[in-house]
This record gives sequence, structure tokens and C-alpha cells, in this order.
Amino acid sequence: MRLHFCKDQLLLTRLQSETRESASRGRNTFCVPLALTGSEAASGMMADKVETDESDKKAEIERSKSEGKELTKEEKQRLRKEKKQQKKNKEKKDDATKPDGSSVPPSQKAPSSVPAAGADATATSDKAVKSKVELKAERRPRHDSDRSSKQGKKRESSQQQAASAAKPKVPPSELQPVVKRLPEHVQVDDPDVVKKLAKKLERQQTPAHAEKIPLRSDYGYKVSLFSHLHQYSRKAPLTQQVGIPSSVIHPAIVRLGLQYSQGIVAGSNARSVALLHAFKQVIRDYTTPPNEELARDLVNRLKPYISFLNQCRPLSASMGNAIKYIKKEISNIPNHCKEDEAKSKLLNCIDCYIDEKIVLAAKAVAEIAIGKISDGDVILVYGCSSLVNHILYEAFNMGRKFRVIVVDSRPRLEGREALRRLVQHGISCTYILISVVSYILPEVSKVLVGAHALLANGYMMSRVGTSQIALVAKAFNVPVLVCCETYKFCERVQTDSFVSNELDDPDNLIVTRKGKTQLAHWQEVRSLGLLNLVYDVTPPDFVDAVITELGMIPCTSVPVVLRVKSVDQ
Amino acid sequence: MELQAVMMAAGGGSRMTDLTYNTPKAMLPVGNRPLIWYPLNLLERVGFEEVIVITTKEVQKMMSTDLKLKMDVKMKLDFVCIPEDEDMGTADALRHIQPKIKTDILVLSCDVITDVALHEVVDLFRAHDATLAMLMSKAHEFTETVPGQKGKKKAAEQRDFVGVDQSGKRVLFMANEVDLEDGLSIRKSILNKHPRMLIKTGLVDAHLYCMKKAVVDFLTDNKSISSVRGELVPYLVRKQFSKARSSPKPKDDTDEQSQTKSDNSPNNELLISSRDDRLLQLAQERSCWNDHHGDMSEAYHGGKLRCYVHIMDQGLCYRVNTIAAYIEANRLVPKLLFEEPAVHPSAVISERCQMGSDSMIGALCHIADKTSIKRSTIGSSTTVKEKVRVTNSIIMHGVTVEEGCNIQGSVICSNAVIGRGSDLKYCLVGCGQRIEDAAERTNEVIVGTDQLMEI
Repeated sequence: MRLHFCKDQLLLTRLQSETRESASRGRNTFCVPLALTGSEAASGMMADKVETDESDKKAEIERSKSEGKELTKEEKQRLRKEKKQQKKNKEKKDDATKPDGSSVPPSQKAPSSVPAAGADATATSDKAVKSKVELKAERRPRHDSDRSSKQGKKRESSQQQAASAAKPKVPPSELQPVVKRLPEHVQVDDPDVVKKLAKKLERQQTPAHAEKIPLRSDYGYKVSLFSHLHQYSRKAPLTQQVGIPSSVIHPAIVRLGLQYSQGIVAGSNARSVALLHAFKQVIRDYTTPPNEELARDLVNRLKPYISFLNQCRPLSASMGNAIKYIKKEISNIPNHCKEDEAKSKLLNCIDCYIDEKIVLAAKAVAEIAIGKISDGDVILVYGCSSLVNHILYEAFNMGRKFRVIVVDSRPRLEGREALRRLVQHGISCTYILISVVSYILPEVSKVLVGAHALLANGYMMSRVGTSQIALVAKAFNVPVLVCCETYKFCERVQTDSFVSNELDDPDNLIVTRKGKTQLAHWQEVRSLGLLNLVYDVTPPDFVDAVITELGMIPCTSVPVVLRVKSVDQ
Repeated sequence: MELQAVMMAAGGGSRMTDLTYNTPKAMLPVGNRPLIWYPLNLLERVGFEEVIVITTKEVQKMMSTDLKLKMDVKMKLDFVCIPEDEDMGTADALRHIQPKIKTDILVLSCDVITDVALHEVVDLFRAHDATLAMLMSKAHEFTETVPGQKGKKKAAEQRDFVGVDQSGKRVLFMANEVDLEDGLSIRKSILNKHPRMLIKTGLVDAHLYCMKKAVVDFLTDNKSISSVRGELVPYLVRKQFSKARSSPKPKDDTDEQSQTKSDNSPNNELLISSRDDRLLQLAQERSCWNDHHGDMSEAYHGGKLRCYVHIMDQGLCYRVNTIAAYIEANRLVPKLLFEEPAVHPSAVISERCQMGSDSMIGALCHIADKTSIKRSTIGSSTTVKEKVRVTNSIIMHGVTVEEGCNIQGSVICSNAVIGRGSDLKYCLVGCGQRIEDAAERTNEVIVGTDQLMEI
């Protein structure tokens, strides 16, 4: 690791100026260098890399970002040459395992691993090795010549790079076999991608009607670091563009989308349950058109609904997993099955899924967690997590004597609801805002937080502020326990909160006191941007254990669980 | 299907008999279109494809022959005729069409002219799973002089008191001044749940309601309710806060005791009974949202029945049920219909006619020379001869205005004839009336003798 740092420090100085330029375009997509695929993580390599200190990480991020840019730019130049050289280099494949090449596959695989599963990496390592060699060989002589010319072409090239970086790598099969396109919801600042999304929504017509799913437009000025994400306003709901007796989209889905965008259904579990409830209604009202198969047609019917819901509020990881499950179940319906039978089977599946993955899982988690709660404990919770609340109710019912400190933060102030529920149950609580959490931590014996998703590299995505609490708790040596059901485990990999996040309505940050609103005309002030983040990412070294229904596992075992789950299915 | 639209067009226009004794209210021309065109247009713009129209046979006949309606309205109109002699209230009409109702309904009255964004009302209905969602608007003072009104306008009696919660969306209280004899009393339980209530009086009810299907089913069992606005809506608003008990028990409030028996069975019906109540319940439990803060109760205080209102503060919303409203609507409607030219292409207007920009001329009119038409609406097939001055007036179809007339601030109904040289100020001339030559009338209602007999 250290070797690379020294070797490429030369690149750093030159490219830092470039990165500053393109940082405004949010090119942090490439700072996922340490995002290793599952197999490598399992082998334990990740543990070392993750433990590097802050400055190293930053430098490596910039280095690999620059490398990524270089790769794309060089790809465009080298495409023709490489077709010739591939034949020659097939022989060199075997002796290509250089020790310092190990960092290159992470960076090469970086964009690919964003949506890719771990299994793919091993299969394509051969191809990656071959391209590794070429890149190394060709990059060195070119560095010196390029350095001088780059200064002049800087502006031109950065735009080109940005454009090329946004587009899918061409041709992926030859160089980077596992590279997939970046998801559209993190490329909002690229107009081409937005146009593509609009076209995709148009194409996704429901078969019976020729109307398209409306495209929700962004609202307000977006802070430059997050300009690649969507930002919608609550006052402009998507239902404005959908006709009133909504015949294009099933009314249950319109209702659900409205409830999501207004925040009436909030929280990972609640959203998944509501989604499955709406799907049940869709399935009940579904009739197979003639000459079509239920298995294929129903899945196609669900696609525009899912895009609609995505426009109302970006889908959560748990919802994504639930959708995958349903689609799989629908596709697995045998052809000879009659419609009624198939429908009742599907409804049954949905009920089973909810019972197993949410209700029973919550019970199992509670049982395990209660083992960790002892009398006299002071437990700190953040925000309103349905699972953590459930655990506390169960612990209280079993007779444990503890008290709870509820930490809350603006603008959502979800802690008020958690406080109300806990106090109603009889638990004695203290309520503080997140700004004073370090004052209260000496009293706390453990921290219990809920998660929105657990990522494949062990990072945890949760409500914004959780990573802060985990950090402070770590500084005070207070154990942090994360409660998460396994259906929220996600194959995505992220190390920072910028790449993929959700931007809530910036107007929610505005406060009116005594009739005066200071930020009433914030849009007119050119130099002011309001940022209302929803999620943040906590690294695994701040988390001591994850309590799932399979037991208490360390953060790094998430990919193992995912692999076991996929084997089961 | 999500919503079925129901249009109530059987009303008699009891507050403007002078205008409606010959023409049914639904077909009164406003801006040279029948009144019913406006709500139908609203529904069509929003995306409805069919409407159930409850009306009388006469109106149905007129509607099927009316050109404008046939051309402009592309929706499928399902006419349900109710016999004219029976005195059917709006709720009775809903009961009558109960077999046709398969989903939640959107009830409209034929006399509402508005440019509201309908999704605002329907979104409240959808998002909060409300039993009732309605539309109200801030009332505007009518500035025009009403023909035939002698003396000053009486102080607004029969005000409506509407109590809304802090967010301005939930209806907590609704009563008419007539029903409140010795003052406005609000139950303590309501105040406990909603400590801040805003009581508004200057609101116009647009008579646009989004209702659950369960309400229509409830109406079939409760034959005592006959009017939607007068009885059903206040009943539902009150029912939000009644204690839902499964077994009939004497309630604490004295005014509820007499209705205990009848209350309990409808209570069960009005409650939401979807097949997946368990899942909805689970989702609501797990969701960290509450509609109010500060007390220990869950979202919506655990109530299943909710009534919401959307109060428009900008935009047009008129209910044309009085003569003053009718005149005001005619004045403001040209602003709504910007896609239509003010002058119909088939009208014949001579060059020496002075026409103001805010006037509307209907089809097949003949306007002769030296006439001056300002701020007026002239219906189709009307003949206006020379040297006529028409200001601030409404002239309906088939009217003949002879030379030298001066019409100011008046309403001339269809097929009337105004004699030569007459001077009419703030008059209302009924259908088919003939004003003699050189008549001078001010502030009068001129109707036929048969009309007078009806009173």
C-alpha cells in the first residue's frame, strides 16, 4: 500500500488541480477505490486497507480518481492499438501478477463494483490482469509527454473526461469486463443522462394506455458536491402530472407514491410493508390480457409503477430487495398455472415474506439484543427506528431496568416520535439534540442504532447523523450496536456519503419564528445553497456488532451473509 | 378505477327564480356557454373519461341538443333522470344511483365555476385516506348592483362557520348560523386533540366533495339524510370525534344519546374495512410519522374517519346560485376562456360598432351600426339594432333590441324583445317578455304574470 503512495505522488500534484475542477462535477464516483469486491473482502485484504488513516485515504482517493480519469482518456486513445495488442498479450497473461498491480484492479474495478456482485470479479480477473499489464506498460512513457501537453488541454480534456466518464465505457467487454453503467440517479447533472431517463420513462408505457410516466423536475439550487442527485420539492407532487382518475398507474400505487413524497410513510420497514401491500392490491386487480403469460406480463406491468415510485421518492435498499423477490416469484410461476391460483400463490408469497423477513426477524433480533441489555443500562438511540423501538419495548416487558436517551436532529425531528412511543410504553427517557451528544456520552453504556441498509463492504447507511454519533461513541469507548434485519443487506458498495444519497426538500430547513422567516428568499441569494441530506455512511470500525436475526455478526460478515442467501435461493 | 365523477344537475335554482323559471339552472348561459359546461370542462381537463349526470328529463333534452356541449365535451355522459315532481335532495340522488357506484366518488354541482388544481383536493383524499375531502374558497364581495334589489344588501345572514386545525387542512367543525341558536359550542375532546382551531366565516363552499364508497353505502341505510351539504357533511365532520364503541352504550354527550342506536351501526360501516387492514396497520406502526406533536396519541389520534378541506386563496371559484353571483360570473368568465375569441366568428358586426375588449358576442348575432357595447355579454342569435348602448349587461339568446335603446346593468333573458327607445337601468327582463317602446324602467324585475302566480 505504502509503495503505491510514494510512486504515484508525482501524479498527485499535477492532478490535484484537475480534480479540483472536476470535483464540482461530482466525479467522486471514482473515489470508490477501496471498494473491494466481496471475494477480496472475505479474504481479509479489506481489513488492512480500511485501517489506513485519513490522509492516506484522501490521497488514495485522489490518486485513483486520477487513475480512473487517465484510464478513460487513455482508453479512447488506445482503443485501436489494443485490438492489435490483445493477441500478443495473451501470452503475457501468466506472468502478469505483479505485487504492485494489486491496487490497480481495485481502481479499475471501482466503477464496476458499484453495482456488480462479488462473484464476477474472480471470473474476469484474467482479463483484468491482461489489461493491467498494458496500461502499466503504456502509461509510463506517456506520462512525461502528456504532462506538458495536458496543461494546455486541461479545460478541454476535463469536459471530455466528464462526458466519457458519464457514458458507459466503450467497449466494456474488452477492457473492463465487469464495468456497468453508473445508475442514472447519480448522474443528474449530466443532461444526456437526464434525457435518457426521460426517454426511458416514455418507453415504459403501460401496455393498455399510451401515456407515459411523468418526469419530476428538480427544484432549487443544488449544492455542487451533490449536484448529481435529484432534489424535489414537496409542494410539487408528481400527481400534478398524473390524471385524476389515474388509469395509467394503479390508484394504490399513486396513493403510495403520494404518501412517500409527503413523508407519511417513512422508515425502511414501513416503506417496504406499504410497498408490498400496494403490490398485493395490484396483483388482485390484475387480469392477464389474452395471448400473454402472467409471469412475463405482470413483471412488465410492475416496471412503470416502480419508476413512478422512484420519482416520488428514491427507492430504499429494503424496497429494492423486496421488489427483486417479487419479480423472481412472479417469473417463477409455471405456465400451466391458472390465473386465480397464480394470484393467490403470489399473495401468499408476499405475506410470507413480510412475516419472515420483517415480523419474525424483528422478534429474533429483539431476543438476541435483550441478551445484551442489562439492568442499570443507559441506552442511547438516535431518531426513530422501528426495530430499535421494538427491542426496547420487549426489553422493558421482560423486566429489564434501563433508561433511554433519545437523540434528535433537525429538520426531521423524528426523535420526538420515538420519545412519544417509548414514554407511552413506560420507559423513562431523556431527550437531547445531537449537538450535545458529547456531553451526555459519559453517562451512556451502549448505543443502539437502526440501519437503512448494510453495504457489502461492511459500511452502514443510515439516517444522517448516525455516523457522527458512532464516531463520538467510539471516542468515548462506548459500544455501538447496529440492529438490522438481513433483508436490508445490499450488494452495493460505498465508502462515503456523496456518491449515492438522497436530497430532501431544501425548504424543510426553513424555520419561521414569531412570524419571521430569515430564509424566505434563499433562492435569490446567489451564494447560498441549502442542503438537506437524508442518509450518511458509517464505516465498520465505528460499529462494534450488527444484530441480525442470524445472530450478532461483525460488520465485515455482510458479504458472507449475502453469499449464503444467494446460495439458498 | 379510482374515482367516479357525479354531477348534480337537477337543482332548481331556488335563489334565482327570476332567471330560472323558464331555463333550468344548468343551462343558464354564462359567457355564452351553458353553466354546466364549466364543471364538465374542469373534469375533462383533469382526465376524467366519464361522468354520471343526475338531472331532469328537460335538462337532458336541452343538453343533447346544445351544440356547444356536443362539440366540446368529449367525455361520456351517463344521464340519470330523476322525476321532477319529487323533491329529491342531493343525498337522495346519491342513494338513487347507489347501484352504479363502484369506487370512491367525486361529487360536483353543476353551478360551480372554478379553475382550481383539482389534484390538491384529491391528494388530500388519497394521502390521508380521508373519508371526505372538500373544496372551499375565500368569498369575494359582489360589487355589481343586482337588478331588482331594492335597498341595501342585507347583512350576511346564514353564515357558515368552518373550524380547521392548525395546518388548515383538517376540518374540525362545521355549522351554519341558522343551527346555532345560543352560540357556538365546541366539545372539549376536540380541543384536547387540536388545541389550535381556526374558525373561518368568509368561505364559499364549492360543493365539490371526494367521498369514499362507504359513505354512499351508509346513505342507503340511513334514509333520513337528504342533503349532502346541509346534513351529510356536518354529520361526517361531527362523526370524526365521536367515540367509536362496538357495543351500544349511552354516550356522555346528551345530544348523542338520542342517536345512539342509529350511530353505532353506521359507525361500523364508515370505518375503513379493507382486506389488508393488518398490513396497513403494520405499515402505520412502523412509520415514524405523526400528524401532530405534543401529546401522547398516535397519528390522527387513532381516528379512522377524517375530513379534509382545501381552501383556495387564489384563483376563481364561484357558485352561481344567486343573481349577483350570476352577474359576477359573467363578468369574470372571459378571463377563464382565453382560448376562445371574444367575438364568435359567425357574428355579423358592422364596422361602426364600438365594442369594448371585455365583451363577448355569441354566434349568429347581428350588431348594427352606431352601437356601443361595453363590458357585456351578448348571447347567440341576438339582434341589436342601431344606436343602441349596452353597458354592463347580460343579454341572452334570441333577444331583439330595437333602435335607440339604452341598456345599463341589466339582465335580459332569452327571446325577450326590447322596444324602440327604451331605457332600462338595472332591470331584469324575464324570458320572452316584451318591453314596450320608449319604456323607462329602473331597478325592476319584469317577468310574466304566470311567474307571479307561483309565489
